Amino acid sequence: MYKLQVQDLHKRYGSHEVLKGVSLSAKAGDVISIIGSSGSGKSTFLRCINLLEQPHAGKILLNNEELKLVTGKDGAMRAADPRQLQRMRSRLSMVFQHFNLWAHMTALENIIEAPVHVLGVSKKQALEKAEYYLAKVGVAHRKDAYPGHMSGGEQQRVAIARALAMEPEVMLFDEPTSALDPELVGDVLKVMQSLAQEGRTMVVVTHEMGFAREVSNQLVFLHKGLVEETGNPREVLANPQSERLKQFLSGSLK
Amino acid sequence: MIFDYTVVWEALPLYLGGLLITLKLLAISLFFGLLAAVPLGLMRVSKQPLVNAPAWLYTYVIRGTPMLVQLFLIYYGLAQFEAVRESIVWPLLSSATFCACLAFAINTSAYTAEIIAGSLKATPHGEIEAAKAMGMSRMKMYRRILLPSALRRALPQYSNEVIMMLQTTSLASIVTLIDITGAARTVNAQYYLPFEAYITAGVFYLCLTFILVRLFKMAERRWLGYLAPRKH
Repeated sequence: MYKLQVQDLHKRYGSHEVLKGVSLSAKAGDVISIIGSSGSGKSTFLRCINLLEQPHAGKILLNNEELKLVTGKDGAMRAADPRQLQRMRSRLSMVFQHFNLWAHMTALENIIEAPVHVLGVSKKQALEKAEYYLAKVGVAHRKDAYPGHMSGGEQQRVAIARALAMEPEVMLFDEPTSALDPELVGDVLKVMQSLAQEGRTMVVVTHEMGFAREVSNQLVFLHKGLVEETGNPREVLANPQSERLKQFLSGSLK
Repeated sequence: MIFDYTVVWEALPLYLGGLLITLKLLAISLFFGLLAAVPLGLMRVSKQPLVNAPAWLYTYVIRGTPMLVQLFLIYYGLAQFEAVRESIVWPLLSSATFCACLAFAINTSAYTAEIIAGSLKATPHGEIEAAKAMGMSRMKMYRRILLPSALRRALPQYSNEVIMMLQTTSLASIVTLIDITGAARTVNAQYYLPFEAYITAGVFYLCLTFILVRLFKMAERRWLGYLAPRKH
C-alpha cells in the first residue's frame, strides 16, 4: 500500500507549462529525492502535493484517500472541501528552503503551535514532545530563542522539529539546505539521514547529490516538467541513460 | 513679575480635574477605537471588494476630514434634526463628553485600522505558507499567526497614534469640556494671563507624553524582543 500517490500532475503559469504530467508513489519508509536543474518544476511539484500551488490536473492520494479537487474558473484546481485539505496538510508536514519559522514565537512556541491548535494535543504533552524533538535535532539549548536570534542551520533544525512534532505520515522537504552556509549543511543533512533511518517517509527536493545517493532509495530526475529518469539512486547516478541527466551530472561534482 | 506662579498654584485643582478628564477621554476613545480598528483592519486586507470597500470608504472619509469638523458635526450638527432630538439616543448625544468620546473613537479607529492593515500586509509570505502547510484554517491562521504578529509589529506606529490622540483630546475644550486645555482657557478668561495658563497646560501634556513614550518602550521590549539584536 502506498502512503502517498501523485498521479499525472499538470501545472502551468499562464501559458507556460511547468509540470506536464508528473507522477510519484511513496511506500512507507521510502525516501525519494527529486533532482533537476532550476526551472525543471521540482519545487512546484512538491508544493502542489499540499496545494500551496494549485495544479491544473492530476490526483493526490494520501493513505489511499483521494484529495477532492474542483476546477476553478481559471482552470486551476482547489480543494473541494477545505477541512479535508487541512486534515491532509496536517498529515504531510513541510520543511521549507527559507525555514519559514514564525518570527514572533520562540523555538518551543513554534513547535507546539500546530500540535496544540491544529491537532488538539494538550499543551503539556506538546511541550514534552517539542523538547524531545529539539533534543533530537540537536538544538535543545536554543528552545527559548527567537528565530531571528538563531543561525540558519539552527532555524532549519527547529523547522524540522516543528514538522516532526506533527507526527506526519509523509514529510516534504523543499530544498532544505539551499539557503544554508556550506558548513551548516552537514548538520541538517545528518538530521535528515537519521530520520530516513528511522523509516520515515520523505520526499526531498534537493541539490545534494551525496544525500540523494546515500540516503534515498528512489531518485527522480525532472526535466522541463517531465520525469526524465527514475530508479535506484546509485544505479541512476552511476549509469545515467538520458543525455539530459548526463549533462546535469557533469555539471555537479558528485 | 514675568511668570505669575500664584495664579497657576491657585488654579492647580482645576488643572488636576482637567487632567482626569483628558485621561478619561483618551482611555475611552482609545479602547473603543482599537476595538473597532481590528475588524476594520482585517476588512481592509480582504480581497473581496464587498468586504474591503466599506472599510476603505470609512477610513478614507474619516482620515480625509479634520477632527474638529467631525466633532462639530456630531455635537452641533446632529442636534439640528428634530428626529435626533426626539430619539432615545438624545440623552447621550446631548452630552459633550459622549460626543467627544464618540468623535475621537471614530477618528482613531480609522487611523489605527490603516496601521493594522499595513502591518498585516507586511507579514512575511513564508510564515503564512507555513501556517497553511500545517493545516490551519483561515480563521485559525488569522487568530494564531497573522494578528498576533501584525499587532506586535504595529506597536511603534500605534504609539505615535496614541500620542497624536492625546494632543487631539485638547479639542474637547471647544465643546465646553474642562480638560487640561479647558482648564487653561478658564484660567486665561479669569486672569487674562494666557502665557501662564497655556504654558502650564503644555507642561501637563509634555509629562503625559513622556509617560506614554516610556510605557510603549516597555511594551516594545516585552512584545517586540524578537526583532531586537541578539543579546547573549
